[in-house]
Amino acid sequence: MDALDVARWQFGVTTVYHFLFVPLTIGLSILVAILQTMWHRTGNERYLKLTKFYGKLFLINFAMGVVTGIVQEFQFGMNWSDYSRFVGDIFGAPLAIEALVAFFLESTFIGLWIFGWDRLPKRLHLASIWAAAIGTNLSAYFILAANSFMQNPVGYQINPTTGRAELTDFLAVLTNKVALVTFPHTLAGAFLVAGSLIVAVGLWHVIRNRDSADTGAYRFATKFGSWVVLVSSALVLLTGDIQGKIMTDVQPMKMAAAEGLYTTESPASFSVLTVGSLDGSREVFAIKIPYLLSFLGTGDPNGTVQGINDIQAQYATQYGPGSYTPIIPVTYWSFRFMIGLGLAAAAIALLVLWTQRKGRTPTSKWLLRAGLIMPALPLLANSFGWIFTEMGRQPWIVFGEMLTRDGVSRTVSLTEVLTSFTAFTLIYAVLAVVEFKLLLRYAKAGVPDVTPTPEPDDTDDAERPLAFAY
Amino acid sequence: MELTTVWFLLVAVLFTGYFILEGFDFGVGMLLPVLGRDDRERRVLINTIGPVWDGNEVWLITAGGAMFAAFPEWYATLFSGFYLPLLLILLALIARGVAFEYRHKRPEASWKRRWDQAIFWGSAIPAVLWGVAFANIFRGVPLDADHEYVGGLLDLLNPYALLGGLTTLGLFLTHGAVFLALKTSGDIRDRAGALAVKVGVGTAVVAVAFLAWTLTIRSSTAAVVLAVGAALALVAGLAAARVRREGWAFTGTAVAIALAVATLFAALFPNVLPSTLDAAGTLTASNAASTPYTLKIMTWVAVIFTPIVLAYQGWTYWVFRKRIGVANIPQH
Ligand code: HDD
Ligand code: HEM
Ligand code: HEM
Repeated sequence: MDALDVARWQFGVTTVYHFLFVPLTIGLSILVAILQTMWHRTGNERYLKLTKFYGKLFLINFAMGVVTGIVQEFQFGMNWSDYSRFVGDIFGAPLAIEALVAFFLESTFIGLWIFGWDRLPKRLHLASIWAAAIGTNLSAYFILAANSFMQNPVGYQINPTTGRAELTDFLAVLTNKVALVTFPHTLAGAFLVAGSLIVAVGLWHVIRNRDSADTGAYRFATKFGSWVVLVSSALVLLTGDIQGKIMTDVQPMKMAAAEGLYTTESPASFSVLTVGSLDGSREVFAIKIPYLLSFLGTGDPNGTVQGINDIQAQYATQYGPGSYTPIIPVTYWSFRFMIGLGLAAAAIALLVLWTQRKGRTPTSKWLLRAGLIMPALPLLANSFGWIFTEMGRQPWIVFGEMLTRDGVSRTVSLTEVLTSFTAFTLIYAVLAVVEFKLLLRYAKAGVPDVTPTPEPDDTDDAERPLAFAY
Repeated sequence: MELTTVWFLLVAVLFTGYFILEGFDFGVGMLLPVLGRDDRERRVLINTIGPVWDGNEVWLITAGGAMFAAFPEWYATLFSGFYLPLLLILLALIARGVAFEYRHKRPEASWKRRWDQAIFWGSAIPAVLWGVAFANIFRGVPLDADHEYVGGLLDLLNPYALLGGLTTLGLFLTHGAVFLALKTSGDIRDRAGALAVKVGVGTAVVAVAFLAWTLTIRSSTAAVVLAVGAALALVAGLAAARVRREGWAFTGTAVAIALAVATLFAALFPNVLPSTLDAAGTLTASNAASTPYTLKIMTWVAVIFTPIVLAYQGWTYWVFRKRIGVANIPQH
């Protein structure tokens, strides 16, 4: 084990961890804004209750997203300083713009929204949650554009004297075709998570809390969430399909690795699962769907999909001797888990809608259980999607330009990286437990009472309690 | 003006803004166990910064991003070189940020006590370490000809840097106390004001010593003027605090922090990270910079968005301008 291995583990752990909170923030910010808008439009208190209820869960999650995000921003310089030197000219710009344009918007207006219930006119307060939600979704674009540069470098040249990548066309970086499709795919995946959380919490109250005066609100939430899940799963499929074609084009090795396809085939089939080894030698058992991989990769059921061996040979001539193959079992299974777990959530959403058709009330214990695990499914699908994307790029840190092992900080010792890796892992583990318990506690507590407390006339303004206080 | 100079200034401005804004956040956090005698009082203190602390912290994220975009070599060398102090800062910021949000989410006293400690240490550790880090940036660190940091942790803990840490600690404490005097009402306000003067006098001595030492390391006319201005602003702020002119007192400590940071940056320019070993290792605003094309794009973005950000952040402070007292804290 050397500093490089630990730095890689640290990046993987901290980033996947950050991305446990990101999807909920992205999705719930918009969904809570929609609920508040519905209250604003209809005056129906049910929507106000749901806004406050899901808003609270949103904020518990938001705090974790913020603090784990700061680590990401600093980590490039701390552990990957040679990478930062190499791409700073290009990669730093979207990061800085993300902070200036998106994070300021998000953090400032979240503060206004949380504390502004009695300080701002209703319209401005509503505008605040929208501004925060827009900031959040905007931040995703810039960071994904930065990440897409690593997958498919565009708009740059290598300076022959310094050996560094230099920006030549910023618009090309922002309109990288990988970024353009990764963005909607990631957003759709995020809404899958947020919708599932809304369903899970609503369904629990519908089934377990049947005599509550707020059953109507929970039933609405359950259906609302289910529709969000269904629509976003369609979008995830659609964008994922486009992504597959772009990936075959710009990173053919990743597509081959997704299937564990060693020899070039036309047509190529997609295996739902494989028992046995994935090293191309023998497979004990596999369920295969003919033509599917060809279709996913090229859009043509008879299209040619290049195999790992051919691409490896081609890269060895192009980039010099060495292995250019990612770890196949990781890419193979993460790709399947991404798709499978995401679609499983959609199936549960369909079931939830079905059991509530025409005003029926679901009672099944099994449905309740399925509902409770539902948010975990798309959340894990998101993690696997990232593990696939990032591991499938290996050994490159910037595809075709820099190897991951060349990007690590040369002067940071194994002890230092181990210290930070251990520290982050420990604090993250503790916080995960804390946040999960809090979410459960506040999810169980149910929607709040929103009847305004009558103000005693004699208290003057200076004495009045804040509408919200930490 | 060259774009590298513009970006040197912008990075300096972003860090200055960060220290002014998060400076009082840190101060409030450190004063939590001192001025907050019971849970309600502690809630008063936390709620003075509740709506704004996250926006204040984004100044740091933007400063880091701007450094990365405009001076990648500076970002890379600094962050990998100052590894352990930065790690501690990150851990502190994690604990503190979560603490604000989670502290009041359960009623148990033990729960709150733990988060209060997270807020205290999460504020105190960065308050010291930012001073240590910036003193080292100014003084210079061992860099080889490839601009790589070749020192160890102990190189960063030299007496000058430690005095720098003590200076930021004192400045942020004073600034936080003055801020609390400005933003609270009743008994807390009186105690905060009195404490500001007490802590402020000690801080003024430390800060003057640190700035004087700074000017003996490297100096320019501008740096001398800025340093004297910083000392005068601090003294004026304390005088205002004494006569309970809290708005002026806060202006004084804010200007003192701004000018102290400006002193360091002014005397540093055109270097961004001097090497104490090989002169060729010194990073300057030009050899650490991105290409003119990147800087040009970033300049446009900054010119358009900085005023917008300043406008809405300023407006937020206006919205939450009212003082908070124990009576304003809801029962739940
Ligand atoms: C969860 C979301 C996620 C996001 C937003 C990113 N990545 Fe990634 N990255 C991973 C998920 C991931 C990963 C799945 O966690 C990897 C793959 C294997 C590993 O250890 O971590 C990883 C690896 C990884 C490594 C270490 C090499 C390795 O261990 O394989 C580096 C240096 C980067 N990535 C760089 C980036 C940068 C600069 C990103 C920003 C644009 C980025 N990744 C976005
Ligand atoms: C590895 C690259 C990444 C870096 C450097 C990074 C950096 C950051 C930083 C510094 C914050 C804190 C902002 C604040 O204080 O408000 C943050 C939060 C956030 N990031 Fe990331 N991030 C990364 C990956 C991603 C990706 C890929 C996405 C989206 C697709 C994303 C979405 C968000 C969102 C929505 C937030 C808001 C806070 C929250 O999650 O609750 N991040 N990120
Ligand atoms: C049939 C459905 C799906 C297909 C065909 C698909 C396809 C893909 C492909 C090809 C990539 C890699 C893109 C690249 O490296 O440039 C990817 C990445 C990803 N997928 Fe999916 N996906 C599907 C479903 C899902 C679901 C259900 C989720 C989550 C709920 C999800 C979340 C992600 C994430 C987070 C990434 C990484 C970010 C990115 O590069 O876009 N995907 N997906």
